[in-house]
Amino acid sequence: MVKIEQDILGKNDQYAAANRQRFAEQAIFTLNLVSSPGSGKTTVLTRTLQDLNGEIPLAVIEGDQQTSRDAERIRATGAPAIQINTGKGCHLDAHMVGHAVASLAPETGSVLFIENVGNLVCPAAFDLGEAHKVAILSVTEGEDKPIKYPDMFHAANLLLLNKIDLLPYLQFDVERCIDFARRVNPQIEVLQISASSGEGMQQWYQWIRSAREQCHA
Amino acid sequence: MHEMSICEGIVQVIEAQAAVQNYTRVKTVWLEIGALSGVEIEALKFCFDAVCRDTIAAGSSLHICEVPGRAWCMQCAKALAVTARYDPCPNCGSYQLQVTGGDEMKIKELEVA
Repeated sequence: MVKIEQDILGKNDQYAAANRQRFAEQAIFTLNLVSSPGSGKTTVLTRTLQDLNGEIPLAVIEGDQQTSRDAERIRATGAPAIQINTGKGCHLDAHMVGHAVASLAPETGSVLFIENVGNLVCPAAFDLGEAHKVAILSVTEGEDKPIKYPDMFHAANLLLLNKIDLLPYLQFDVERCIDFARRVNPQIEVLQISASSGEGMQQWYQWIRSAREQCHA
Repeated sequence: MHEMSICEGIVQVIEAQAAVQNYTRVKTVWLEIGALSGVEIEALKFCFDAVCRDTIAAGSSLHICEVPGRAWCMQCAKALAVTARYDPCPNCGSYQLQVTGGDEMKIKELEVA
């Protein structure tokens, strides 16, 4: 008999710790954006990049199973972006992100956005070395998603409730959704936004600025 | 969730430890899996045999010790058992719970040759 006593995801966690150290040394503030497919992650991101361009250095790691379509959308905003294709994989892991950071080489002081694979299950368990996970949920999805996929909403520090410009056409109870999110994560912050109309985006940028300051403090 | 990658993680740890702890074959693997870890035990067992094929753990048997979920109710200031992250406190109905146990995914020990 031999004792092992090791976490199964220990190897990922070691790579994540190495990424986190690199981010700290270069004052890179990293956000891991997670959501289901179609929540508007890439649209939130492209608008954010356009609006913060010139204020803060920005960089993006794009995760998708296939194609570099999202990285092309990102590069069109002028921000440096690298695409990771996970192939058959359902999530990004810290090892892939470490390699991507090495080739992308974000400027010191950057905000680095990692757009994870659209999936509310697997990315919850994989620490990439980020400062925060940001979950994006759109109001065209069910308001009970936070309790259907509790691990992801538990792991996130911020919930962006997107596409709120569509609320008049939908039967989506915002308060009920926030209540569900707080059942799985009493500390989660919630911002209501629309990446297409721009509503609430200033609060999201303010959240980025203050979380970035706290991270580097 | 991603039981296949979890099994790959298990085999990586076992292979890395083989050199350190001097073994060449693994007969039994004991894991500790928490009720809140997001791991589907039946799926894990299903993937395990496939992932172990052609490794030092080929043909090994898998034993899983399930750890119940535990939380601390911030309203009652009491420890309690939970089965899911969205469970309310059975005493006061509050959702202000801090999970304190049951999210582990660990390799405990191995029977080796």
